Amino acid sequence: MRRVIRVVAAATATACLALTATACGQSFAEANRATHAGVGLAFDIGGRDDHSFNEAAARGTEDARKHLGVNVKMLTAKNGETEADREQRLTSFAEAGYNPVIGVGFAYSQSVQNVAKDFPDTTFGVVDAVPTGKNVDAMVFAEHEGSYLAGVAAALKSRTHKVGFIGGVNNALIQKFQAGFEQGVRDTDPRAKVVSQYLYPNNDKGFNDPAAAKAKAQGMLDSGIDVIYSAAGQSGAGSIEAISKVKGAWAIGVDSDQYRQPGLARYKDHILTSVVKNVDVAVFDLIKSCEQHKPLTGIHTYDLKHGGVSLATSGGFIKDIQPQIDAARKKIIEGRVKVKETPQP
Amino acid sequence: MSTSTPPAAPTAKKNPAVDAVARSAARDRVLLGIAAPVLAIVAAIVISSLVFLASGENPFRAYGIMADYGHYSDSQVWIINKAVPYYLSALAVAVGFRMNLFNIGVDGQYRLAAFAAAAVGGAVALPGALQIILLIVIAMLVGAVWSGIAGLLRTTRGVSEVITTIMLNSIAASVIGYFLQDGRLAVKDGNLLHTTFLPESSHFFSFATHPKPVEGFVVIAVVAGALYWFLINRTRFGFDLRAVGASEPAAEASGVSVKRMVVISMLLSGAAAGLVGMPTLLGESFQYGTDFPAGIGFTGIAIALLGRNHPVGMGFGALLWAFLDRTGSRLEFEGYAQEIVGVIQGVIVLCVVIAYEVVRRYGLRLQQRKVGEELAVLARTGDGTADNSDKPEVTA
Repeated sequence: MRRVIRVVAAATATACLALTATACGQSFAEANRATHAGVGLAFDIGGRDDHSFNEAAARGTEDARKHLGVNVKMLTAKNGETEADREQRLTSFAEAGYNPVIGVGFAYSQSVQNVAKDFPDTTFGVVDAVPTGKNVDAMVFAEHEGSYLAGVAAALKSRTHKVGFIGGVNNALIQKFQAGFEQGVRDTDPRAKVVSQYLYPNNDKGFNDPAAAKAKAQGMLDSGIDVIYSAAGQSGAGSIEAISKVKGAWAIGVDSDQYRQPGLARYKDHILTSVVKNVDVAVFDLIKSCEQHKPLTGIHTYDLKHGGVSLATSGGFIKDIQPQIDAARKKIIEGRVKVKETPQP
Repeated sequence: MSTSTPPAAPTAKKNPAVDAVARSAARDRVLLGIAAPVLAIVAAIVISSLVFLASGENPFRAYGIMADYGHYSDSQVWIINKAVPYYLSALAVAVGFRMNLFNIGVDGQYRLAAFAAAAVGGAVALPGALQIILLIVIAMLVGAVWSGIAGLLRTTRGVSEVITTIMLNSIAASVIGYFLQDGRLAVKDGNLLHTTFLPESSHFFSFATHPKPVEGFVVIAVVAGALYWFLINRTRFGFDLRAVGASEPAAEASGVSVKRMVVISMLLSGAAAGLVGMPTLLGESFQYGTDFPAGIGFTGIAIALLGRNHPVGMGFGALLWAFLDRTGSRLEFEGYAQEIVGVIQGVIVLCVVIAYEVVRRYGLRLQQRKVGEELAVLARTGDGTADNSDKPEVTA
């Protein structure tokens, strides 16, 4: 008897699988094809309010909402997502008629490339990655050049001649921040020691784990480091908090001007400067181009020369060293200093 | 159903009263078998509806969106493809569960296994199916070795596998992080680091469905499920495994080497875990990169619980989980909170575990009462010598 029940159960399961596998119905896109709905913004983990990277992209769409009158919809990734989840998110946007559809973060590289093929009439944008496709706008930034300037500022401001770098995840993107920062410090103060550490070797959790960043910063401060540059998305708030507890220590922020972030207002007297990545400008450019029916495609590099990255001056803490920073910027723009993209051993 | 009580048949001729009792017990068994899943489903729906109501949303509109979105062909293909790794992961966990071993390290095992397979696959190019077989074998071996470490530590040093497998997850992540760097085993592609692409011969076949294909690895998943069923229910090894799970000292006393069983089942669990990353590697990404999916090992624990370690049950569990993933993202698109599907998934697992436990206890009490009645009937009719050992068992 039990065997019969089992066989029946197995047969039912197989039949269900076979039925669904043949998928005789129509697809969602065929049933619901919509027209112009606005801008679709898909965030990487951390979400809109990370005071940093995603926030910068959101600001670009806010500007577009104000100045171009477009509608904006935002969705956020969960921890531990797969390619299929990201593709579904982008597909949902495209199916609902959102144009352009923008993936914020290099995690969307492959999914943008795949989904863009299915929707040739929609323009896709991706920040920090260079997927290929006729209808894809790849927005990349010269983070290493901005970080070089942060290194110059850190070397000049450190009293102990020990500075630190905290990366969220040890991947190629964050290594650019590390490489530029280390080179900037070395070129400015050969005696200075740079300690670079990462929160996670390869887990994206590193971008939303402020507690880990706080502990890491605490360890650096205890060893006499007095300027710390954190490139870790939302986690950066943790290291800034730890630094704010130590008199005379400085934090260097990332992506957005973190001195001006309301969520970090309590610590702003310790935020020396921020390496600003003008993701908002890039996002706004793309939306504007789509509104004018001349969508941007191909690779667009936002570097120091074109104002894609810059060093924030809010708070006026780097006013006294501004001439040195300007000199370094000039050297990079003129090509006299070549900033490395990968850390030197 | 009431005719299916052969054990009671011999006494039935002599004693119609006992036959009636046995007959009702068989009926109870079927009712109880149905009661547990029904109770779980009803409870899950009620609690989920309450969650929706508490967040100020209409639950029926949400269910409508989920059902509507889930019925499109692209959703169905997506759900099947997503369910395959979930199912394999649940199998890996279930092998341990059947003998009271808790392998939390499936996550690290499948990632390390997939990474090793990707590294080898990028370096060698065997012709035809040989390449795929080689990669799958490598993945299973690496997964088995990684979980085998936990098995060995448990048998030789007495360290709980819960602790070691969790720690091995971290170590696996660090090992991958070390080798997945430019100049070691990875190449840099924009801001991504990944192993070199697998040659064409490593691409697994797929079924052409509309609009996207169903990945052929679904076949491997079904075969793995069948093997699991056969191994657990139809072999000496499976019997020993269940015996150790039921009672370690009893199994030891009856001549089963518990230590050997621990090591072997950890190896098997790890080998199954090695398969988890294969659908992604051989059917989708063709490389192991910084964006390789993580966390499927933990989902597998939930699905093994949901499917009660049964190969068919876990199949349904994996499909249900994938359905919720798919339609949950749709809910977010429609303006519901992103977290709500996570809450529903948790509620379902809890409801299943609790419902089965409640029904099991109720069944035990019912059985005790039945036995009492049966004995009373026998005492009344004076047939005290009737064989009582054939009492139908209530299994929930």
